Order: sequence, then C-alpha cells, then structure tokens
Amino acid sequence: MELIDQHTKKIMEGCKERARKMGLRFHDETLEYIVTNRDLLELTPKVMIPTLYDYWVHDVEVLKEKGKYELYPVNPYETVINTRPAISFYNDNNPDWLNVMIFYHVLAHIDFFQNNLYYRHTWDYDFTGQALSDKREIARLRSQNGRWVDYVIEFARGVDNLAGYHSELSRLSHSVAETSSKRLNFYFDVFIQTINKLSIHEYIKEIERYNDCMKKYKERGEQIFFSEVELKHPENKELFRKSLEKKPEGKEDIIQFLMEHSEFLNKEENKWIKSILQIVRNTSLFFQPQIRTKIMNEGWASYWHETLFLLDDRIKGHEVEFARLNAGITSIPRVGLNPYALGMRLFYYIEEMVDKGKYNEIFQRIYDVNERDRFDKDTKQGREFIFKVRENYCDSMFINSFLDQDFATRNKLFVTGMRLNRDKMVYEYYIKSRKLEDYRKVLLDSLYHPPYIEIDKEKNQNNTLYLNHRFEEKPLVNEFIANTMMGIEYLWGGTVQLETSEVAAPAPPQGQYPTFMYPQAQAVQEESDEPGIKWQRVLYTMKDRKLSKETI
Amino acid sequence: MNPKLLIFFNTIKERGIDSERERKILKELQDDGIHEIPTESSRTMDKESKAPFRRSDDIYEYNDFSTLQSMPTLRGLSSNSLQSLDELLERDNQREKDGFPRKIRVGRLIKPGRGGKEKIVVVPTTVEEKFLHDIHFDPSEEEPVAGGAGEGEEGEIIGEQPVHEENGSGTGPGEGSGGPHEVESSAYDLGRILSEQFELPNIKDKGKKRFFSHYTYDMTDRNRGVGQFLDKKATLKKIVETNISLGNIPDIGDIDPSRFLISPKDKIYRILSREKKYESQALIFFMRDYSGSMQGKATELVVTQHVLVYSWLLYQYEKRVECRFILHDTEATEVKDFYTYYNSRVAGGTKVSSAFQLANKIVENENLAQDYNIYVFYGTDGDDWDTDGKEAIPEIEKMLTYSNRTGITIAEHMYGTDGGTEVEKYIKNSGLLEKNPDLLRLDVMKEDSDEPRLIEGIKKLISQAG
Repeated sequence: MELIDQHTKKIMEGCKERARKMGLRFHDETLEYIVTNRDLLELTPKVMIPTLYDYWVHDVEVLKEKGKYELYPVNPYETVINTRPAISFYNDNNPDWLNVMIFYHVLAHIDFFQNNLYYRHTWDYDFTGQALSDKREIARLRSQNGRWVDYVIEFARGVDNLAGYHSELSRLSHSVAETSSKRLNFYFDVFIQTINKLSIHEYIKEIERYNDCMKKYKERGEQIFFSEVELKHPENKELFRKSLEKKPEGKEDIIQFLMEHSEFLNKEENKWIKSILQIVRNTSLFFQPQIRTKIMNEGWASYWHETLFLLDDRIKGHEVEFARLNAGITSIPRVGLNPYALGMRLFYYIEEMVDKGKYNEIFQRIYDVNERDRFDKDTKQGREFIFKVRENYCDSMFINSFLDQDFATRNKLFVTGMRLNRDKMVYEYYIKSRKLEDYRKVLLDSLYHPPYIEIDKEKNQNNTLYLNHRFEEKPLVNEFIANTMMGIEYLWGGTVQLETSEVAAPAPPQGQYPTFMYPQAQAVQEESDEPGIKWQRVLYTMKDRKLSKETI
Repeated sequence: MNPKLLIFFNTIKERGIDSERERKILKELQDDGIHEIPTESSRTMDKESKAPFRRSDDIYEYNDFSTLQSMPTLRGLSSNSLQSLDELLERDNQREKDGFPRKIRVGRLIKPGRGGKEKIVVVPTTVEEKFLHDIHFDPSEEEPVAGGAGEGEEGEIIGEQPVHEENGSGTGPGEGSGGPHEVESSAYDLGRILSEQFELPNIKDKGKKRFFSHYTYDMTDRNRGVGQFLDKKATLKKIVETNISLGNIPDIGDIDPSRFLISPKDKIYRILSREKKYESQALIFFMRDYSGSMQGKATELVVTQHVLVYSWLLYQYEKRVECRFILHDTEATEVKDFYTYYNSRVAGGTKVSSAFQLANKIVENENLAQDYNIYVFYGTDGDDWDTDGKEAIPEIEKMLTYSNRTGITIAEHMYGTDGGTEVEKYIKNSGLLEKNPDLLRLDVMKEDSDEPRLIEGIKKLISQAG
C-alpha cells in the first residue's frame, strides 16, 4: 500500500474545497492509498481495517449463506473507512476524471460518517489506532494463554451482534442533553408523574410556576421553587436523596452482563478474558452503523458525486464517460434493489418535496393529482433539509418516512415474484405487486436486523443465565444455537438457558412426498392446508456443554 | 409414464405392498423428470447473471470497489491459507480435545470437469455461529420476492430463467457460496488431507499386476571396475577365482591373501539400478441411486461422500485404482466419467438391484475379479420399489463372492423413521452383514449430516476390523 501521488492528492484537495462550498463538513486530513489486488486480499478479511486483530477465522472461507450480512455487519469492500483521518483505497490506474468522481463519492461518505448521529460513538477516537492497540493486546494475551484466546474471541464474537448499540448511542446523546439539574429532573420526571401522580393540567401548572420562579429570581429561582415544593411535599427531599443512591439502571447487553456478573470471569486468573470481551464488543459497535445506513450512505454519496462532478470545471470533456459509468451505478435495476439508486433518488425526491413545500398538511389534504403536481411553494429549503436527514436518520427511518406512493409511482417500483412454470421448466419472474406497502415490506425485511435477546434477571437463579428472545415472527437459525450457547456457557461459567419461539412440530403432511415436490409446489400445499403457522415458546438449556430443549 | 415401468409396478403390486409404499412408488412413477447434466454454459451463466433472488443480501451486495472502481471483489483465497491448512486441522483437533466441537470443514470441493479433468476445490470453511434470524424462513410467502422497477402491469411476466441446477445434483455442496472465490486445486490436495485417515482394506495380491511408471532404486546391479559401493564378498570371490586360474593358489588348505594378485577388473561394485515396480490393483465401482426420490440433500450427501472417496483414492493409490461409475433408477447405466456421475440429475423410479446386477455383469464379462481388488461404494436414500430386496439381495450376495469390500451408504430422508428404509431393512434382515462383516458394510445417516459425519461414514465403510 502506498499513498497516492502528489498530482492526484492535489485533485483530492480541489474536490474537498468544492465539496465544502456546497455544505459538506469533514475533517481536513484524509489519507488515500493505492491498493493492489494483493493488498485487497489481505485487507478484506479484516474488513478493510489494516490493523484489525488476528483471528484464524479471517484465514478461512466463512460460509455465509445462512446469515450473510447478519454475521458481519459491514461490507468488506468499503472504499473508505471511518477512521481519523479517514482512509480511502484506490485502484492504481484510475484516470483523473474518474478519481474526481470517486473522490466526491468518498468525501460524501466521510461527511456522512462524521455527521450522522448513528456514528456518534465513533467520533471521539481513531479506530485504526484503537484496533492496533487491541491487536497488540490480543497478541500479548495469546502468548500467555495460547489457544484459549482464540476460543474466547470465538465465543465473544458469538454474541457480538447483540451488543447494545442503541443503548450506547442513547448514553452518548443523553449526556449532551442533560442541561437541567438532577433534582429538577427527578421532580418533574419521577416525583410528579409516578409518586405524586398529578394530572396533566397540574403538571403544566407546576412548569409554569417553575418558569415564573426562574424569571423572577434568576439564579435563586430553582431554590425558591423547591422551598415551596418542600412545604407541600416534605418527603420529596428524602426521596430524591434515595434516588441518587440507586445506581442508574443502564441497559446491559450480554457481553457487559457477563463481564459484570460472571463469577468465572471475575476470578483473578480469568480477568484477561474480560479485556478480550471488551475488544470484541467495541469492534462490533464500531461496525454497526455502517450496515444500518447502507442505503442512506450510498445514496448520499451518489447524490453528491453526481451533483459535484457536474459542477466541476476541471473535468470538461469527460461528461460522456461519466454519464455511462454513473448510469451503471445509479440506475434502478429491473429486478433487485440497488442502494445507490434508491438512496440517491430518495434524497433528490426529498429535496424536491421540501423545495415545493410539500411536506405539510395543506399539501397532504389535496387529492387532485394535477393539483398535487402543480403544488409549488418554492421554499428553497430542500438542500438544508436533506442535510438534516443525513444527520438524523438511519435506513429504516429513512424508508419509513420518505418512501411514499408518489415516489413509488414516479420510479415505477414493484415487487417481483418468482414462480415455476412446469410446462416450460423455467422460473418466471413477474410483477407481483405495485402496492407501496408490499414494496416497503420487501425493502424493510431485507434490512439488517439482529434478534433482540435480553437477560431475564428474575429467572437468573442458581447461577443460571436466562436469556429471553423477544420474538419477531422470525425464528433463530437453529443449527447455530448449540455452539453459541456453548460459548456463553463457557463465559458465564454455569448453565445457560434461552427462551425462544419455534414452529410447533408440524404433523407430517398427508398425501404428499415432500422431497418430490418442488419447493413451490410444497408451499402451495402448505398454504391450502394450514393458513397460519403455529408458534410455541421453547426453552433451550445448555448445561455441561450439552444442549436440551423443552417446550414451555 | 413409461409403460415398462408400469408393468414392473404392477408385478410388485401383485406381490403386495402397503399403501404408503404404493404412494411413494407412484410418486416416482408419475414424476416425468429426466436425467440430464447441466451444461457448462448454463452453469457459468447462472453464476454470472446476478441471480435476482438472493433476497436480503441484495442491498448489501453492492460495494464501492466493484461499482465505482470495477475492482474485483476478492476474498482471502484459500490458496493463501492452504499452507496453513495442516495447522488449521491441527487446531481443530486440539479443539476437540479441549471439549469443543470441531469447527473447520475441509473440502467443500467440487468442479468435476469434463473428460476426467476433475478440478477439486479445497476450501477450508467454517461458520461463525451466532443468534441470528433465519432469513430464509418465511411461512407467509409462497414464493421468494424481490424489488423491481419499470414498466408493466401486475401479473406480467418480465423474465424467465431455466430450471437448471435448482433441481437435482447439479449444485454440489458449497458451490453456491464458493462461487468466484474458489481456488482450483487438484484432487491431490484434498487427498492429502484425507490420506491420514483411511486406507483401502483387504487389499490382496491378485493375478495380473500392472506396471506403473513407478520405479524403485536399488543397489542390485553389479559392475566390474567402477561403481558406487564395493561388494566385498563378490570381489573376494572374484579375486580367488582369478588367482586360481593364474595358479597362484597352490594349496587351498593354506591360503595367504597377502600374496594375491589383484586386477582392477576384479573389483565388483554395486551400482544403483532402476527397478520396475508392480503393484496390486484396485477397481472401484461408484454406484448411486439417481431416482426421483433422491432429490435434494440425499444426493448431495452421497455425491459428496463419493467425491471424498474418489479424491482420496486419487491421492493414495494414484493410478493403481481404476474407477467405474454406475447410476441407476429402475435401470442401471454405466457412465464414462466422474463428471457425468457427479452431475446427472435425479428422476425416475428406483430399483436398487439394477445397479448391483450391472456391476456383477461387468465384473463377469470382463473377468475383472481375477486381476483386481474390487471395491464397491453404493449410495442411496434407502428407498426401493423392490421392498423386500428379493432381487437386490441375491445380487449383493453374488457381489460379495468377488469384492474385497462393499460399502453401502444410506442417506435417510428427514421425514423417514429410524431404521425404516427398505434397503436398510432388507439388508439387515438378510443377515449378510453378520455373515460377512469384513466384506459388507452399511452406514446409515440422516440426509442433513455434516462432513465430519461423512468422513466418519467413510471410515466405517472401509475400516479393517469389523
């Protein structure tokens, strides 16, 4: 790997200047490297982070048909990684005009990394540096504990997709939001609402009274406000004091819980395991936002590489080449989903909607198609609005909020179905539905979504760890349960139980021979036989590395 | 429906079969699929044309490298790790000793090419187990769906794709996932991995031995005057001989070696010589059921096992083994190479006896038993129209008279009951297993067995002692 030459670097700096003018915000420093195929070979198993810790699974082909990106919440072929400074990788022989386009794409990604709130937890440190020190730490532990380090990495990675990504984010944004005093928060959020149970009317009156006090007495306002409270509710002060003693109940994910409560891990000789758990958890958290913003991130980058490239005066004469390549990247495929195309069109669409002032009630009440079409308030706020969207949204919110019927109609979206034509022995692809809900469902179903598994502390008895899978109409991959639980058992040092849902054992279908049926035929059978699937709660127990299952 | 089969069906029906059996048989009978081999072009096409229905990975399949820079999406190739393969396996061994289940699977391997040019792909693979949603599970949908865009009314057909490898054995285990990341290695490499684990049992010296371009080097040739190694005994003899003829030994009762005349020509040396090597040969019959009921995993399992055996043989016995391939539904055919054997699609009814019959015929007609050690590997799902094995058992008995080992693998369907398949029942009832523990082996596994189980199966089929 070597840095790009001065000539190309100058092009990059020019791109940065132009991108900034349009409102993109990113750190000054970036590093651009030329990579060869050989470099890529080494980088991709490490998800493009050159300093990621060594682990034998990186050397092996990992079978992913089952979980695919559920396993690795990151695209192994990112051109740019979210580090400080941001690092991006380039092919050796890109012509200048192409580099201009890619640079814009990359800069928009960097802008996204550094401004989208879902990346909040990655802003305060450089991951390559962190990864390097983690790698050294793991190497050191390996020299002390040998192969057990790899077992621990494996077991930790077994639950790293359950790391509390959202609670991590909420913790970070919380500390920013906390501007008023703890006592005030306690009074309004806890005391009035849950202990005193005032009506909304009275609640508002209290707020007014507080505001009055603040206005009248300025700095002493709060004190005076509370002196009146103490008169009315002498118990308040004591309750507040008690509430402070109670540890704030942060939500712990499985890895945190194990580190905190596992007797096994807290033995002196096993303390080293905890540092590995920490490393694995942090690494997982670092990668989480990427997959949750794939459509937005690629859409944003495509929006900007297109917009900025066309405005760039340096690339005159390459418009046609650009148009060809860009069309390939950003056209909506006849069948399938392209995040570049979808995301970019959504950003353009949102910008237009806001420019015309269409995101308001007046517009929503208009049913006449022509009138809707003509509606234009010329607000000129579209650009500003999409910057807000890139700051505050993730993929699922993005789709849910903005992919509407007008967008679907404009882009002629539909859901494709596939069925077997037995006469011709071909699979036919056909337009199954043009309904917005159906399309959104297909799209939302395809987004990354790890299972939600929580620790049921009430059922944790006799050193048993009880995990509860909140069922969302999708069972867990069955063959992975045993090994995953075995890993947790090892880290927990005792029995582990998992409550989840499975299909109630279906009676062998009558009058058919399943293997003979083509999958389609079988499905038809199922449909006519039993319209709904019956679910049952089951409890898996992993004890002494043996798995058993019972129906609850 | 094939009228010949119908007649056959009626005869077995007269013998009496229960309704369950009849249903199964009718199913195969009415299935009008044909055996065919997916053509090379269709396979590559399928791979290159982005199969539209890869569901959830659609969005995440896109990446900047290939889209923007048209750089290939390489992954850590197994060639990189191939040197460390032994190390990986060693690690896996250790894992088992430490009380955790093995994690590495070797040889998700495929790619038999045409005309005996098998390319076997050795890829050490593993999975990372986690709690994941089963994205393939969706009871509410009767068919896969994906996004799309463009003109057309609801219900309009927008494209077609031939049903190629979706059906039958064309898709070998792991092929889908390996895709463009595979590295082609020779069967030899796979064999090397497996070699420590097995050995052909009961190999005997038999009639015609075959010369191979194998030589052993030995100091057996003698040469006078020069050479690598002085043969003292022979030299001394020669010297004595020379001296006798010169009359230099007047009294044989009192020889004084110090008076010997020694000519340089008397020195006898051993020199390195190239010896041809003859070895006992083995002939392996690979036979499998490719009837309609073999659909899906059963076939996958059987062919995977046979690939393993085949590549191991290639390594261990190199050219000392000859392989013959037999496929059967209600009739058996011999096919010319492993490629055809591996890839032929399932269809038709089941008559297990036909395969054994054909093998027996081949052995008899070509008089193979005299010159070869004969091994037979047979794979089936255990279903047979000939419920009691009335025809199959005599053929198997006949086979046992000449074969060194017959290994039968039954890949039981998931819906089957334990010990319930016809083939298993009649073989067990026949008592052949007990009578010839050294000649006949039976291994029954569920069709969703994994590779370690397959390898264990092979061990069972070819292990020496019962």
